Amino acid sequence: MALEIRDIHKHFGPVRASDGVTLAIEDGSLHGILGENGAGKSTLMKILSGFYEADSGDVDLDGEVLDLRSPADAIKAGIGMLHQDPLVFLPFTVLDNFVLGSPGPERLDRSSARAELERVSGELGFRFDPARLVRDLTVGERQQLEITRLMWLGARVLIFDEPTTGISATQRVQLFSTLRSLAEDGLIVLFVSHKLEEVEELCDSVTVIRQGKVVYEALMPVPSEVLVEKMFGTVFVEKGREPAPFGAPVLELSQLTLEEGTTRIEELNLSSVAGEVIGLAGLEGSGQRALLRACAGLLNPISGRLSVDGNNLTKASYRGHLAAGVHYLPAGRLEEGLVEGISIAEHLVLTSDDTGFLVDWDAAGEAAQQEIDDYSIKGRPSSPAEALSGGNQQRLLLAMIPDDVRLLLLEHPTRGLDVGSAAYVWQRLLERRSDGTSIIFASADLDELLRYSDRIIVFFAGDVFAVRSTEDTDGEELGYLIGGKERP
Amino acid sequence: MKVLRAATPTLVSLAAALAFGIVLLILAGAPPFEALWLLVQGSFGSASKMSATLLAWSPLLLASAGLVITFAAGLWNIGVEGQIVVGAIAATWVARSLPGPVWVILPATILAGAIGGLLWALLAGVLKTHGGVHEIFGGLGLDFVAAGMVVYLVLGPWKRTGVASTSGTDIFREEAWMPELEAFGTGWSVIPVLLGLASVLVVWMLLRGTRFGLRLKAVGRNPRSSFLLGIPTNRYMLGAFAIGGALAGIAGTVQVTAFHHKLVPAISGGYGFLGILVVLLAGFSAAWIAPIALFFVAISVGSTQLDLRLGLDSAFGGVLQGIIVLFVMIGGAWSARRGSVSPAARGEP
Amino acid sequence: MEATLNSIIAAAAPLVIATMGETITEKSGVVNLSLEGSLRLSAMTGFVVAFWVGHALVGFAAAAVVGALIAAIIASTSIRLKLNQIAVGFVLTLLAADLASFLGDSFVGERGPRVPALPIPVLSDIPFVGKVLFDHDLVVYGSFLAIAITWWVFYRTRAGLNLQGVGERPEGAFARGIKVNTLRFWYTVLGGAMVGIAGAAYSLDMKLGWRETLTLNLGWIALAIVIFGGWHPLRVAFGAYLFGALQVLAFQLQDVFPGVAQVLPIAPFPLMILALVFVYSSWFRQIGDRFPRLRNLIGSEAPAAMGTVFERE
Repeated sequence: MALEIRDIHKHFGPVRASDGVTLAIEDGSLHGILGENGAGKSTLMKILSGFYEADSGDVDLDGEVLDLRSPADAIKAGIGMLHQDPLVFLPFTVLDNFVLGSPGPERLDRSSARAELERVSGELGFRFDPARLVRDLTVGERQQLEITRLMWLGARVLIFDEPTTGISATQRVQLFSTLRSLAEDGLIVLFVSHKLEEVEELCDSVTVIRQGKVVYEALMPVPSEVLVEKMFGTVFVEKGREPAPFGAPVLELSQLTLEEGTTRIEELNLSSVAGEVIGLAGLEGSGQRALLRACAGLLNPISGRLSVDGNNLTKASYRGHLAAGVHYLPAGRLEEGLVEGISIAEHLVLTSDDTGFLVDWDAAGEAAQQEIDDYSIKGRPSSPAEALSGGNQQRLLLAMIPDDVRLLLLEHPTRGLDVGSAAYVWQRLLERRSDGTSIIFASADLDELLRYSDRIIVFFAGDVFAVRSTEDTDGEELGYLIGGKERP
Repeated sequence: MKVLRAATPTLVSLAAALAFGIVLLILAGAPPFEALWLLVQGSFGSASKMSATLLAWSPLLLASAGLVITFAAGLWNIGVEGQIVVGAIAATWVARSLPGPVWVILPATILAGAIGGLLWALLAGVLKTHGGVHEIFGGLGLDFVAAGMVVYLVLGPWKRTGVASTSGTDIFREEAWMPELEAFGTGWSVIPVLLGLASVLVVWMLLRGTRFGLRLKAVGRNPRSSFLLGIPTNRYMLGAFAIGGALAGIAGTVQVTAFHHKLVPAISGGYGFLGILVVLLAGFSAAWIAPIALFFVAISVGSTQLDLRLGLDSAFGGVLQGIIVLFVMIGGAWSARRGSVSPAARGEP
Repeated sequence: MEATLNSIIAAAAPLVIATMGETITEKSGVVNLSLEGSLRLSAMTGFVVAFWVGHALVGFAAAAVVGALIAAIIASTSIRLKLNQIAVGFVLTLLAADLASFLGDSFVGERGPRVPALPIPVLSDIPFVGKVLFDHDLVVYGSFLAIAITWWVFYRTRAGLNLQGVGERPEGAFARGIKVNTLRFWYTVLGGAMVGIAGAAYSLDMKLGWRETLTLNLGWIALAIVIFGGWHPLRVAFGAYLFGALQVLAFQLQDVFPGVAQVLPIAPFPLMILALVFVYSSWFRQIGDRFPRLRNLIGSEAPAAMGTVFERE
C-alpha cells in the first residue's frame, strides 16, 4: 500500500470540489481517475501536488503523513504533476527548462545537467536537442520534457492531467508505453482523464469521481457501460420534445477546414435550418469551440465556404457576422460577455438598436426594468454585472440578444446554473427557435444535449467524430462517442 | 453613518498624509503650522493670489478632464505632458502668425491648441494600436520629443529678438492674449476657468449621458467583451486619445495665451503629470475632478509662499500632493483587502 | 579617441548600474516605474549623508537604502494589496522627485566628498585599452561589475534561472517549488538599491554636489534603455553606453551646433520607439521566422508576466 488519500475536503466558496475523497493506490499501478468536466478530478490532483492546500484530510506515502503545503513539499515527497498545459517556459531552452527549480549548487553546471538530461531521457526513450527553445517543441515533446524532469527529481508518484489533449496519435502511443514502463518500474502513475477508451486501454485500476466524491473503484477491465453510467449518472431524458417546424437553411458550411491550436477540422459540410437546434458534444477542447468561433467570424477558415441566409461570410469580419444576424455567446460570462462595473441598464443600452448620441437614462432604466421583469433577472437596472449570480448573468446575456438574430451560437449555456435557471434559459432559447432562429450550442451535459437538440455532433480529438439525430441515439451511445469509441 | 464608514479609510489616509507633511516640515526646521497656514494664505489669502490659483486651476482641469477620458478607455496617457506642449506650440504658431483682432485669434489659438494636442495623442494611440508600443512608453517618448521641439523653437526659429534665450520667445502682441478683466487689479482672464470647467462638464456628460461614453467605459474595462458586443475597440481607444489630447492641447493654449503670454521651455507647467495624480485621487471619476484639482492647485500656488516667507523649497507642495495620493491609494486597498477590490481601488482605470 | 571613449564609459557608468537594477526587477516580473524620482531622491540623500559624514561610501549606502525603500513600497503594495504597479510607481516618481527638491534645497551649491580616481596599476598602463577601461574610479569599476555579475547570475546560476522563471511564468515557477512573491520582493528591492547607488554616483562622482536638475530625465531614459535592450544585460549595457556616447557627443558639439546639443539627449526615446515598432512589424516577424538566430539576437521579448500579480489559486 503506497499512496493513501484520506477524507480530503476542499471547497471554493459554496462549491465542494472535493467532498471527502478517500483512495488507496498501490505501488506499480497505473491508476485511472475518471470523471466528467468539473467532477473534481483536477482539484484532487492539485491538492496532491501541493498547488492547493486541502481544507481537511491526509495524504500518506508509504505510511508517512505528508505535509503538503506547496509544490516544493510535494516534489520533496516525490509527487510530481504534469499539467494539462505543461507548465514550461516557452522562451527558454530545453536544458534550462530541465534544470529550472532543481536543487543543486548555485553555479549552474550545464554540461553535467546536459549529461543528466541525456541519461534520464535516454532511459525513458526520449530524445531532445538541449539547445532548442521549448517554444519550438510540440505539446507532446513538452510533456516528455516534463516527464524527464520529474523523473530526474526522483518522483515516485506521477500525476498526468489529461495528457493526451493536443498530442498526435503517434505521440500518444509513445506516451502510453512510457507510462506502462514507469508503472512496471514500481512508480504510481495517476492517469486523469475523461476519455474512456484511453483508461480502458491503459489502466489496471480505476476510480470514478463525480461531484467531488468517489463513486466507483474497480480493477480493470470493467465493462464500458458501467464506467459510462458511473461517470455521467443515469441519463433520464424526457422524451416528447416538440420540435419546431423547420424553415429555410440558415447556416451552410461546405468543405470548411479550420485550424486552431491542436484542433483541426477537415472539410466539414453542415447546414442548419431555421427552427433547428444542433448540439455539439465532446470533451472540452475537442474542436467545438473552434467551430463556434469560426461560425461567429472570430476564426478565419483555411478553406471552404461559410454562409448565413445565403450570404457568403467566409471572409467576413466579426462585425460582418453580427450584421448578418449571427450572435455568439461564449462560456466566460464575465470575461467574454459582460463588462464588470457596468450596470444591467448600461449593458442593455450597449446592445440596443438605438444609435442616438445621447442616452435617455430614465427611459433606459424603464426599458431595463421591463427586461428584468421579462427575464426574471434578480437585480435592479443599476446593479453591476459582477453583482449578479451566474444564472442572472446568463439571463441578462439572453436579454441582450437582438430580436432579429438568425443564428445563435452558444457555449455551455447552462454551465454552473441551478436546475431552475437552466430550465428557464432553455425555455427562452426554445422560444427563439420557434420564432425561426437556428441554434447551435456546445455542452458537456449529456442530458442537456439529448433534451434540447434535434441533431448532435460529437467531437473527438479536434475533429468531428460522429453526427447523430437525437431520435436515434441515447446517453449511453453518446458516452462512448465522446470517449472516441463506437458503441460495440 | 454609512457614508461616514465608507469615507473612513480616506479620512484616515488624509490625516496620515498631513501628519507626514508636518513631520517633514519639522525635519526641515520649519514651524509646521505656520507653514500650513501659509499654504492656505498663499493660495486664497488675497484677490491676486486667488486669481493666480484660479488661473493655474484651468490647465489642470483641462488636462485632468482629458485624462478621465483616456483612463475610462483603460489607457495610461503619460504622453499628456507632450500633448500640452504641442498644443502650446500650435497655439504659439497661430498667435505669432495670424493677424487680426482678439475675436479671431482667440478661437484660432484654442482650436490650434486642440488640434496640436489631438494629433500628438493620436500618434501615441496609433503606436499602441498598430505599432505594439505600450502607450506609457510611446507617450513618454513623445513627451521628450515635444520637449525637444519646444527648446529648439525657443532657441532657434522663434528666438527672442536680439539674443536667443531659454527665457522664452518674444511676448505675444496683446490681441493674442486671452482677454483679461481688470477686476482683481492684476489682470486676470476668466476664459481659461470657463474652458476648464466646461471641459470637466463635457467629459462628465460624455461619460455619463452618451452612448459614446458608455462604449468607451466598456472598452476600458473589458476590451474582449466589448469587441464581442460589436464595439470597434481600436477606434474607441483612438477616440479617447483624440479627446484627451485635444483637451491637453487647450491646456497648452491657456499656458501660452493666458499665463506666460509667450512660449517658454517648461511650458507644460507639469500640469499633465499633476493631472494624473488628480485623476488617481478622484478614483478616475469626473465628478470629483474640480474640487480635487482646486485643492491640488492651491497647494502648488500656496507653496510658493513657503519659499518667499520661510525659505523652504516650494517642492513641499508636490510632496504633500504625492503623499496624499499614495496614502489614499494604500488606505483604500488596505480597507478593501478582505472584500473584493474594485479596479479603481487597485489604481487601475 | 582614447579620451573620448574613456569619458563615454565614465559618463554611462551610473546609468549602467541603474539599468542593470531595473533589468533585474523587471525580469522578476515587477515594474519599478519610479526611476525618475528614485534617482533624484537617492542622489540627494547620498550627497547630503556623505556631506555630513564626510565620507562618500556612507553616502552610497544611504542612497542604496533610499532606492531599496521606494522599490519595497512598490513590491509590497503590489504583492500584498494588489495595487497597480504603474499607478504606485508613477505617484512615487513625482513624490520622490519633489521630496528631493524639498529636503535638498539647503544643500544646493555645497561641495561634498568625491569618489577618488583609482587607476588600476599595471592594467591602466596597457596602451589604449588601459586608458579606456582601467583609468577610472570605483563607480566605473562598479558598473563593469554590475554588468558582469548580472549577466553571470542570469545565465550561469540557478538563482538567475529561477529569477527569470518567476518573471516569465510565475505559476510554472511555483509548480517547481519556487517562492514567487518572496523572490519578486527581494529582487525588486535589490534593483531599487542599485538605482539608489546610481543616484549617488551622479551627486558624488559625475558631478560634485546636488541640484534639482542633476538627474533630470535620466530615470525615464533608464526605463527606455531597459526596453531598448530587450531585458538582456549586455544589450541593455550597450544601450546605456550608446546614450553615454550621445551625451559626450552633445557636450562636445555644443559650441559648434548649439541646437544639436539640446536635441541629442532626447534621441534614446524615439530610437526605442522605432526599435519597438520594428520588432513588432510583420516584416520583422517574417524575417525572424526565416532566421531564428537573428530574431534571438535583436528581437526583444518582455518577461511574459511583467507587471502582473501572482496569486496562488
